[in-house]
This record gives sequence, C-alpha cells and structure tokens, in this order.
Amino acid sequence: MEGLISLAVKAVFIENLALSFFLGMCTFLAVSKKISTAMGLGISVMVVQALTVPANNLILTKLLAPGALAWAGFPDVDLTFLGLISYIGVIAALVQILEMVLDKYFPPLYNALGVYLPLITVNCAIMGGSLFMVERGYNFAESATYGLSSGFGWALAITAMAGVREKLKYSDIPDGLQGLGITFITAGLMAMAFMSFSGVKL
Amino acid sequence: MAQTYRSQLIDPLVDDNPITLQVLGICSALAVTSSMQVAFVMALAVTLVTGFSSMFISMLRNQIPSSIRIIVQMVVIASLVILVDQLLKAYAYEISKTLSVFVGLIITNCIVMGRAEAFAMKNPPIASFVDGVGNGLGYGLLLMVVSVIRELLGSGSLWGVTILETVNNGGWYIPNGLLLLPPSAFFVIGLIIWAVRTWKPEQVEEREYQIQTVEDH
Repeated sequence: MEGLISLAVKAVFIENLALSFFLGMCTFLAVSKKISTAMGLGISVMVVQALTVPANNLILTKLLAPGALAWAGFPDVDLTFLGLISYIGVIAALVQILEMVLDKYFPPLYNALGVYLPLITVNCAIMGGSLFMVERGYNFAESATYGLSSGFGWALAITAMAGVREKLKYSDIPDGLQGLGITFITAGLMAMAFMSFSGVKL
Repeated sequence: MAQTYRSQLIDPLVDDNPITLQVLGICSALAVTSSMQVAFVMALAVTLVTGFSSMFISMLRNQIPSSIRIIVQMVVIASLVILVDQLLKAYAYEISKTLSVFVGLIITNCIVMGRAEAFAMKNPPIASFVDGVGNGLGYGLLLMVVSVIRELLGSGSLWGVTILETVNNGGWYIPNGLLLLPPSAFFVIGLIIWAVRTWKPEQVEEREYQIQTVEDH
C-alpha cells in the first residue's frame, strides 16, 4: 500500500507527464486558453488514462508477453512487437465506448466533456502512460494507480497553465513572442517549478 | 508540377514549419533534443513515418469510409512505427534505449496524423509523399537546431565529440547544466519562435487583448 501511495505522489508531481516528459504538449498548448475548458479536458484525460493503463496492462500480461499465451497452448509465442498497435487500438476503442456510455447515461457530463473525447485518442499523454507502464513493468494494481495519478498530474498542469494564460493575455508582450512563443516560455518556467519537487525523497 | 513538389518540400522548413507555426508534434521535439545523435535518429524516423504514412493513406483514400478514417489512419501509422521500432532495436539498440517511449509516441505525433488528415486524404500518393517528407524535414530541422544549442552549451560537445573542453576534464568551459534539463527545451523553442517571427513578421499572432494607451493631459 505504501508503495502505491509513493508511486501516486511521484506520478503527480515528480514525474508529471506534461511538465517533465512533455507528453500531450499539443493539446496542452492548444486548449489552455481558458480555465473551464482546460479543466474539462483535464478531467477527461484523467478518466481515460485511469481506464486505458490498467486495460493495456491486462492485454500485455494476458496476451502479448512472452509465454502469456500458455493457456491457449502456445507457450513459446512472444507477441510484444504487436504492443504499439494493440495499445492504440485499445485507447481508440475505449474512448469511443466512453463517449457512447456518457452520451446514453450521463448526458450532462457528455455535453461538458464530449468535444474533448476525440482529441484524447491522439493525446500522447495517454499513449505515453501505457508505454511507461510497459517499460517499467508495473503490475495490475500499480498500473491502475499510475493511470489515475498521472492523469491527475496532467489535469493539474493544464489547469494551472490555463490560469497563468488567462492573466497573461493582458500583458504587453513583444510582437514576435505573442501567442505561442510566450506560452512556451511560461511552460518552461512551470516545468522548472515542478522540478523542485524532484528533491522530495519517498 | 515540378515547381509545386519543390515548394511542398521547401515550404514546411521555415514558412510553414510544423512546430513553430502549425503547433504540431511538440512532445517529442522537447524530449529528445538533449543530444544531437538522438535528435537526428528521431528526425529521420519521423520523416520516414510521415512520408510513407501519407503515401499509403493517400493510396487508400478513396476506399476509406469517413466514419472510421481515424482508426484506419492509426493502423497504417502504427504498423509503420512498429517497423521503425523493430529496425532501431535491431541496428541501433543503444539509441533506441535512449529514445525509450518516444519511438512509440510517433504514433500519436500530431504531425503524422495532421498531415494524413489535412493533406493525404485529398491528394494523390506522390504529392502526399512529398508533403509528408517536407513536413518531416521541417520537424527535423527544428529538432537539429534545438539539439545543437542544447548539446553544445549543455555538455560542450557536438555529436558526442568534445568541442568546448569542460572544466571537469581540465578545460575552460563551465557547462550550463540547465540546458540538459527538460525546462530548457521550452525556453530554446520559445526563443527560436521569437527569432523566426521577427524574421518573418507575417507569422505573428493577433493580440487577443489590445492595450489601450491613455493620453496625458
């Protein structure tokens, strides 16, 4: 249990997906103009991340890993090279299912998050979360924790970024730096602030 | 026709750069640029994947129903990325370890998807291939510029060869450790964008909020 908590804290702050691995940067920069939309997207990412990482973990351990197909009579088969295509398939399918479920049973939530869901399939934070899970060899409990907390970290980062940008638009920025340029520099400063968490030993 | 192929190839380098203007494919641009060698391999991989995925998607464009086009594009792109990943693991294992998850993330690199969606779905295969390669090169160019700055000033070397002898090895150059850390990539790209837009003022974005000047009385 203790291990899981420290994994969660690490995923939210020290190894923040957006600010220390730069994942999901395209949406991070494009959809961070207003706090409300940023928060909506952040929550959708968190939900999708919390579902896809454990789902991909099951796929890896039950189907793809060397020897995982022993139950079907193929103990020597190693399908890990199919990993990338299966993970992205799982992500696309889960996003689609989530969209349909929300539409049917939770219309208010669908109206709030619906527009962001298609964007999430191509958000590298989601794919990155699954790939990190594979690379670090998390078990099922760890991958569920990692999915939820890394999604939360991403949501936290994009909401904070939107807060900064809402104030920033009133400032007098040099012409060439307007828009994208200053957003990069702001993100850099935020990343430096998040780096100070790396001194935290767990 | 030759003229348009040429402009398709050259335009994305500066005038319509995928990173500084179209805001595509930033994730990996930031993460893999702390050394030139890694950045070069990444740029090569992305250029190949963008070129060939655009070509294949363009060949299939009349057969793909529009409701499932995203999935079809994903499958084409993912297959190409698996190919690149396996090649890297076979012939450049060290570099593939350094790139870690970022090879897999070419799948979700917005440049690949963006060009497939915006160009390859409407144009013939050869034009799409040229367009894909051009955008890959634009991405690669920016990657190389950023990595030259970061590697030269951060560890005093280029392509792993020492240029500025660092103090630790008895030289005179005190390396700027900040440039090896993740945040510096944001600063370097931000400053490059500033430089490019000062050079080409037509790329400057509109202000959302005009600052009013009040006259003194």
